[in-house]
Amino acid sequence: MSAPLAWAGEHEALLLALGAATLVTVLPKVLPVTFLRGDALPPLLRRWLDFVPVAVMAALVGPDIFIYQGRFDLSTGNLFLMVSIPTFLVAWKTRNYFVTIAVGIGLVILARWAAWAV
Amino acid sequence: MSLADSAAPSPPPWAEGLRRALPITLGYVPVGFAFGVLAVKNGIPAGLAVAMAVLMFSGSGQFVFASLWGGGVGTLSTAAAVGIVNLRYLLMSAAESPWFSRLSRTRRFFLGLGLTDETFAVHITALQEGWPLNTATMYICNSTTHLSWVLGCAIGAFCGNLVNDVRPLGLDYAITAMFLALLVPQCSSRLHVLIAIFTGALSVALKAGGMSQWNVAVATILGASLGLALSLRARRPEPEAQA
Repeated sequence: MSAPLAWAGEHEALLLALGAATLVTVLPKVLPVTFLRGDALPPLLRRWLDFVPVAVMAALVGPDIFIYQGRFDLSTGNLFLMVSIPTFLVAWKTRNYFVTIAVGIGLVILARWAAWAV
Repeated sequence: MSLADSAAPSPPPWAEGLRRALPITLGYVPVGFAFGVLAVKNGIPAGLAVAMAVLMFSGSGQFVFASLWGGGVGTLSTAAAVGIVNLRYLLMSAAESPWFSRLSRTRRFFLGLGLTDETFAVHITALQEGWPLNTATMYICNSTTHLSWVLGCAIGAFCGNLVNDVRPLGLDYAITAMFLALLVPQCSSRLHVLIAIFTGALSVALKAGGMSQWNVAVATILGASLGLALSLRARRPEPEAQA
């Protein structure tokens, strides 16, 4: 057997899992936007979809902030929660995308440099 | 927020694409690095870890894959868990379709390939703020972020032991800061604030309760449904007033 074939045989299960995982990742990304007629959606569905951006962003960022090192954590030891409070205020007051991100990263660097949290 | 500042002269499409990609790449390189290290540790050959970054381009999906594969749960269970975690892409891809309706099907397909949580968030926010759709900007942003993701994964997979702790750089907070910066302008009305708080809290509760693969999709579906229901309730008196 040639070397690539032997290699593929050795990793057969992994290659199968990778192929399946690629399918279930790429299909949900491309199918709706490729095949839905965006300008002909029922008005109710359209309005429902209008709420998806705010909902999905909140659903993504919530656990990033409140679940720290695998656990729900409201203490001052939760670095990302502590940093997110001033970062949120900067986002609210300045409405500036890059300033908000720079302040957030800067505060994390400072806190770790001061060995205040990990 | 100033993703599509109409008062300022608009930058050329490629510059706008790079501008949008920059904070995302800051987050993708170290997270990709962490994935590469984890994948190799869990028995995935480095070359296949990079192939995953190229083919899947999905942080959470790849992490679920690598940790389950290391746990030895088998081909089908691994793929099923990845599918569940990626259900949220169905929602985002559908939410993009009204904005992309004047584009050809081929272009919509390629823009769909570049969809991630982060590229979705920056493009949809710009469109909501009145940015005139430009496919070059989106292609450049999507391919730059994809490249940075593959690069991060490759460094982690092939030379994970050469890089020391990257936490002092604070980049593990880049994506969180980006979502905070994008979530604020999403809260354009009292109803939107309510939906953000409801969905965020629900997602945290589901994840803390052990639904770590379902939490984003389930919370988003329920949050958007609550938004629709409340907006319909608020609208109901209108026809009577007109009559």
